[in-house]
Amino acid sequence: MNVTLAGVTFQNPVTTASGTFGSGMEYKDYVDLSRLGAVTTKGVSSIPWPGNPTPRVAETYGGMLNAIGLQNPGMEMFIQRDIPFLRKYDTKIIVNVVGKTTQEYCDVVERLAECDVDMLEINISCPNVKEGGIAFGQDPKCVETITSELKKRAKQPIIMKLSPNVTDIAEMARAAQAGGADALSLINTLTGMKIDIHRRACLLANKTGGLSGPAIKPIAVRMVYQVAHAVRLPIIGMGGIACAEDALEFIMAGASMVAVGTANFINPTATIEVLEGIEAYMKQYHIEDIKDLIGCVK
Amino acid sequence: MSIAMKNKTIITEQTMLAEDIYSMWIKAEDIASTAKPGQFVSLYCQDGSRLLPRPISICEIDKVQGTVRLVYRTAGKGTKEFSKLKPGDTIEVMGPLGNGFTLEGKKALLIGGGIGIPPMLELAKNLHCEKQMVLGYRDTTFLEDEFTPFGKVYLATEDGSKGTKGNVLDAIRENNLEADIIFACGPTPMLRGIQAYALEKGIKCQLSLEERMACGIGACLGCVCKTKEVDHHSNVKNTRICLDGPVFYAEEVEL
Repeated sequence: MNVTLAGVTFQNPVTTASGTFGSGMEYKDYVDLSRLGAVTTKGVSSIPWPGNPTPRVAETYGGMLNAIGLQNPGMEMFIQRDIPFLRKYDTKIIVNVVGKTTQEYCDVVERLAECDVDMLEINISCPNVKEGGIAFGQDPKCVETITSELKKRAKQPIIMKLSPNVTDIAEMARAAQAGGADALSLINTLTGMKIDIHRRACLLANKTGGLSGPAIKPIAVRMVYQVAHAVRLPIIGMGGIACAEDALEFIMAGASMVAVGTANFINPTATIEVLEGIEAYMKQYHIEDIKDLIGCVK
Repeated sequence: MSIAMKNKTIITEQTMLAEDIYSMWIKAEDIASTAKPGQFVSLYCQDGSRLLPRPISICEIDKVQGTVRLVYRTAGKGTKEFSKLKPGDTIEVMGPLGNGFTLEGKKALLIGGGIGIPPMLELAKNLHCEKQMVLGYRDTTFLEDEFTPFGKVYLATEDGSKGTKGNVLDAIRENNLEADIIFACGPTPMLRGIQAYALEKGIKCQLSLEERMACGIGACLGCVCKTKEVDHHSNVKNTRICLDGPVFYAEEVEL
């Protein structure tokens, strides 16, 4: 089941989507974290971020909107508390990095260079913050520039997390590759809105939010397929994965790893069920090596 | 604290208490054996298009029968789905969640507003001191008779059909109620009023908050509330209602 991305070997291809799993602490009694290929953490910024006002979440048909606004305790607390916690488990650590400016992303990446983590995932695709986030991920020149700036400073391999809120995601993927990215992850959430017709107002305080959950899965699978055909970089696929069948679609579309996101909120043991389901599928079809499935759909 | 797992449970009773207000008993021995007043459970829909659990406060706990009572309002499609379920049907539940009330004080005011009333019942059963219940409604009342074994019950209705015309604070003032501890659950504007009242009068006060939630276990950061001081976990001035609450002391939170 093991897969290697940018020189890092994971015991299996299942990780968590950033922002849906904290740093694993809230799930440690539901999931043996040592069984996961990696834990991908909630986004970390240089200083603590308070996030957006509430309501921050809303349910939609087959999905949910969130506008948390990247609330996080800042990198110093994260380094002091969360990395030692995760290191107690036999799993890889992928740290999601956020910033409002290029400098802020650089500050986090430079600080993490001294830390015991395995990979960095750069969030240039959050739709819920006014500055930074998605602004870096919607222009190919910006994607390439920030990727190369961070690549100069990073000690760990970097994964650029792409936004689906673009005309051509393959163009963004090529830009990240040109900037020196080691891997890509996709997709982040799709920008959406829900209106409370009784109050005649947006349901979320932020007005718009990021749509996730099963509703976005076909879009995500299509984008993984497109990107897999556009670049040579390994891909972590995500977007509405709730069961092994979903995860296998992403793998066959070209993802080397998969991340379980919103499903964690509905079923705290979803990651393990996805992992066991992939194992069962491989047994059923006598597949020895997961690599035989990666990108097998032409 | 033992971990709350997601389990399929059997509904043992379902009745309508008033328009849009339902009372459901579920067989859930794990929850009944550990739950405290003021905690809540997550209820899951069967319809897969409705992903998120609905947080519902615990109204009563029967440790002998291993059952838990949930009194809820049919506010949307999810809770409407729950209200259609019959005894013998199953429902997925995770709980108990949250911290619950701290039992304290010599003379208490238990204040419930609307669908914030149900958790006050289990609190009234467990709180061993002098108790005065103040229950606020828009118009139709429910559950009020079930509080009478535990102390004097005061009602407030917005339309004046029963008790004091107005809100729970109007009822407190009209009846000159005094206390050394306040427990309150209800809509945020009501809690804001009680918070100001308690701080002004110097009465210790526990508030049970509500907010739209996703995970219910502290991971998603959807249901936060502003705090006066920097929170130990978030490292900013807000805290998770589902995990660190839903009950907070009045001086801890900004509503």
